[in-house]
Amino acid sequence: MAKTTLISTTDFCTWHEVDHTFIHSLGDAGLIEIMIIDKGEFIPETQLQHLEKMVRLHHELDINLAGIEAITHLLDRVETLHQEMRSLKNRLRLYEED
Amino acid sequence: MAFIDYYKILGLDKNASEKDIKAAYRKLARQYHPDLNPNDTEANKKFQQINEANEVLSDPEKRKKYDKYGEHWQHGEEHEQYARQQQQNRQQYGGGQYSGFGGGYGQGFESYEDFGGGGDFSDFFQQMFGGGGSGRSRSQAKYRGQDFTAELQLSFLEAAETHKQTLTVNGKQIRITIPAGVENGQTIKIAGHGGSGSNGGPAGDLYISFAVANDPHFKRSGADLYANKQIDLYTAVLGGEITVDTLTGKVKLKVAAGTQNNTKVKLKGKGYPVYKKEGQFGDLYLTYEVQIPTNLTEKQKELFEKLAKSGSS
Repeated sequence: MAKTTLISTTDFCTWHEVDHTFIHSLGDAGLIEIMIIDKGEFIPETQLQHLEKMVRLHHELDINLAGIEAITHLLDRVETLHQEMRSLKNRLRLYEED
Repeated sequence: MAFIDYYKILGLDKNASEKDIKAAYRKLARQYHPDLNPNDTEANKKFQQINEANEVLSDPEKRKKYDKYGEHWQHGEEHEQYARQQQQNRQQYGGGQYSGFGGGYGQGFESYEDFGGGGDFSDFFQQMFGGGGSGRSRSQAKYRGQDFTAELQLSFLEAAETHKQTLTVNGKQIRITIPAGVENGQTIKIAGHGGSGSNGGPAGDLYISFAVANDPHFKRSGADLYANKQIDLYTAVLGGEITVDTLTGKVKLKVAAGTQNNTKVKLKGKGYPVYKKEGQFGDLYLTYEVQIPTNLTEKQKELFEKLAKSGSS
């Protein structure tokens, strides 16, 4: 079974100087997964980059939770469209060479 | 080193209030923030400029200095000495009403010890303010470093195998594992290997996009491969066995009697590796091209004529 590295939300909040309530709001909105183990709260390391991005959006751009939700959704869509475009470009390449 | 017009960058005039500066910065930062423009170097560059402009104009001390020297910032020190000299002269000769002059100026020029700590600020900024926002009254905002992009050329066969490559980015060596099945134009992100952040902000990311070369034999669509296979007329008519090249070597294939030109056959699992799915492969699609014999001998021509007659009767 693959191991998952967990990061304590307390450590995260201290390091990034964010309030616990912000992390909880993100968890409540389903934007991140908070795990509770032995009364401690943790986030999987795999979500760290995603979470840090949301913290930056909040702090640097003053974007509220609803805005972060919308942006996350749109960025996911942009990524999907990028993948589709790349795949179509590569398929087009098949015909262009003929 | 060229003068940078920070007001122009933020779209403001020189009389802009603190509130105007804040609003302009917010608006532009939301437009060009690297998190909202992943893999867009132009947006990243613009964001750095906006940050720098904000760092100067939102700090009253820096703004005052910037406004004072403006385009003549390179001569700021000379100007300062001249002003001090003038002041001394006035005091010596009974002046004195300008006693506060020169109080804070030049401080920024003294802070060269902080040079280099400014992340991605321009040379102009470093020269004028002596480092990345290290002045006393600077805001404590942390800014993420610039994202870097790089392109990596891979041959068709290289991209078909998981392998490691060492890249040199900004003088640093990075060893990356390239998973088999990476697509042409695909970009991967290596977190934290971009430009260093400002004011203790995190480093940017490194985006590597792959340029996978075409193969003369196979055409690729996702994990599926396509190739043409020429078969002679006799094998097409009578059936037989042929040898086919695949990515992993040659395979023998039975051709059914009466195979038509442009018939397609699928070789399951003989395609390209599926990206990040170890042990999974796409399919190989072969299109048969039946070769019509040319330069027939008299004897062969005769036999074909016989065949033609028997076919039409």
